[in-house]
Amino acid sequence: MTEPIIEFRNVSKHFGALKVLDEVDLQIHRGEVVVLVGPSGSGKSTLLRCINGLEKITGGDLIVNGMSVLGGNKVMREIRQEAGMVFQQFNLFPQMTALENVAFGPREVRGLSRKDARDLARELLAKVGLADKANHEPMELSGGQQQRVAIARALAIKPRVMLFDEPTSALDPELKQEVLNVMRALAAEGMTMVVVTHEMGFAKQVGTRLIFMEHGKIAVDGTPRDVIDNPPNDRMKDFLQHV
Amino acid sequence: MEVNWLIILDFIPQLLKGAQVTVHITVVGLLGGVVVGAIAGLMRAYGNAVINAIAFTYIEVIRGTPIVVQVMFLYFALPVLASIRIDPMTTAILAIIINAGAYIAEIVRGAVLSISKGLTEAGLAIGLPRWKVIRYIVGPLAFRRLIPPLGNQFIVSLKDTSLFIVIGVGELTRTGQEIMAANFRAVEIWTAVAVMYLIMTGLLSLMLRMVEKRMRIL
Ligand SMILES: Nc1ncnc2c1ncn2[C@@H]1O[C@H](COP(=O)(O)OP(=O)(O)OP(=O)(O)O)[C@@H](O)[C@H]1O
Ligand SMILES: [Mg+2]
Repeated sequence: MTEPIIEFRNVSKHFGALKVLDEVDLQIHRGEVVVLVGPSGSGKSTLLRCINGLEKITGGDLIVNGMSVLGGNKVMREIRQEAGMVFQQFNLFPQMTALENVAFGPREVRGLSRKDARDLARELLAKVGLADKANHEPMELSGGQQQRVAIARALAIKPRVMLFDEPTSALDPELKQEVLNVMRALAAEGMTMVVVTHEMGFAKQVGTRLIFMEHGKIAVDGTPRDVIDNPPNDRMKDFLQHV
Repeated sequence: MEVNWLIILDFIPQLLKGAQVTVHITVVGLLGGVVVGAIAGLMRAYGNAVINAIAFTYIEVIRGTPIVVQVMFLYFALPVLASIRIDPMTTAILAIIINAGAYIAEIVRGAVLSISKGLTEAGLAIGLPRWKVIRYIVGPLAFRRLIPPLGNQFIVSLKDTSLFIVIGVGELTRTGQEIMAANFRAVEIWTAVAVMYLIMTGLLSLMLRMVEKRMRIL
C-alpha cells in the first residue's frame, strides 16, 4: 500500500487538563472518504482541526502529505494548502463577493495573477453550480449557496484532501442536498475527504470508511454499510438511534 | 458691565490663534494616539501572555488616572525622575498621544475581537499567513466598526486639550482666560470660546460621518 496522506501517530490533544484526543492512531489514504461520527464532545472537530493546525497537538505526531504539523509556521502553511477545510458556519469573507472569496486564496497563497485567479474562481463557482452568483455578496446568498461558495474557496488552493466539519448542520433540510450533491461529485472525482456529519445516508452512499469516536478515541473503524447496519457495540447502536 | 457682543470681533484673531494651537495639538496627538492605540490594541488581541500584559498595564494605568495627573506627571515629575525636560507644547502632544492611545487601544481590541473567530480560521485554513489574515480580512472589517467609537474619542481628546491650561500652553481655553483677565468680558469671551469648540467638534463629527458613509458600516 502507498504511503498514507494523513497519519496520526499516537496523537493526543489537551485543553488544559481536559484530554480531548487520547493517543489516536489513524492512517488515511488517497481516495478514501472517511466519515467521522460520534457523540457531541467526543473530539471529532478537534481531530479534524489538528490536521490543518487550527488546533495544536499536545502529544504524538501527525503527518500530512509527508509533512509534520510540528514543523513550524511555514510547514503548517504548506499543510494547509494540501488540506482545505469547510466549516459548519461557512465563514465566507463578508466584504468580498462570491468570486472574490474564491479568488483570494489562489492570488494571495498560490501567487496566481489577478486574471488567472478570477478565471479559476469562475470555473470553480460553475462547478458548484453558482456561476450566476459570482458577483453576489455572501449576505445575498442562501445558506446552501454560501456553503457551496465555501467549498469552491477551499478547492481553489488545489488541496489534496478536503476536511468537512458538519458542513450541512447549519442548513435547512431542503438546502442540505445541494451541498451534499457537490460533496458527492467531489468524492466521485477521487478527492480524499474527511467528513464530520450526521448524514447517515451520505455516509452509507459516499463514505468508504466510517469512524465512530468516543471520549477522544476511535471506538469503531469500518465500512459504513457494515457498521451502520450492524453496530459492533451498544454505544454506537445507541448513538445511531439518536441521529 | 453690559453685555456687548460686538466686542468679540476685536478678539477673534487672538482666539483663532488659540484655536490653531488646539487643532495642532489635537491632530498631531491623535495621529500618534492612533498609532500607539493600534499597536497596543493588536498586542492585546493577538499577543502572547507577556505582550498582552504589557499592553494591559499601559491601558489600565492611563484609564485609571485623570488626564490632568498624567499631564502633571509628564511635565513636573518626569524631569525629576529621568532628567527629561520637555516644553509645554511637546508635553501636551505627548499627553494626548499617551492618553488617547490607551482608549484607542481598547477600541481597536474590541473591534478586532468583535470579528468572528471563524473568519480568521477560514483565512488561516486556506494557507494565508496570519498577517495577511489581519491585513486583508479582519482589519478591513474591524476598521468599519472602529469608526464610530474612534470618532467619539477624537472629540473627547480635542476637548481634553483645554486642560493644558494648567501647564500654560496657549491653546484656545488659555487664550480665552488671558483675554478675560484683561477685560473681564466673561460672557462674551466664554461664549465665543464655546462656539469655537463647537465649530471644531462639529467639523470633526461631520468628517467622521462622511468617512462612515463611504465605508458602509457592516
Ligand atoms: N478551544 C477549546 N478550549 C477548551 N475546550 C475545548 C476547546 N475546543 C473544544 N473543547 C472541548 O473539547 C471537547 C471536544 O470538542 P470537539 O469540538 O472536538 O467535539 P465534537 O465531537 O466536535 O462535538 P460536536 O458534535 O458538539 O461538534 C469538548 O469537551 C469541548 O468542550
Ligand atoms: Mg464539532
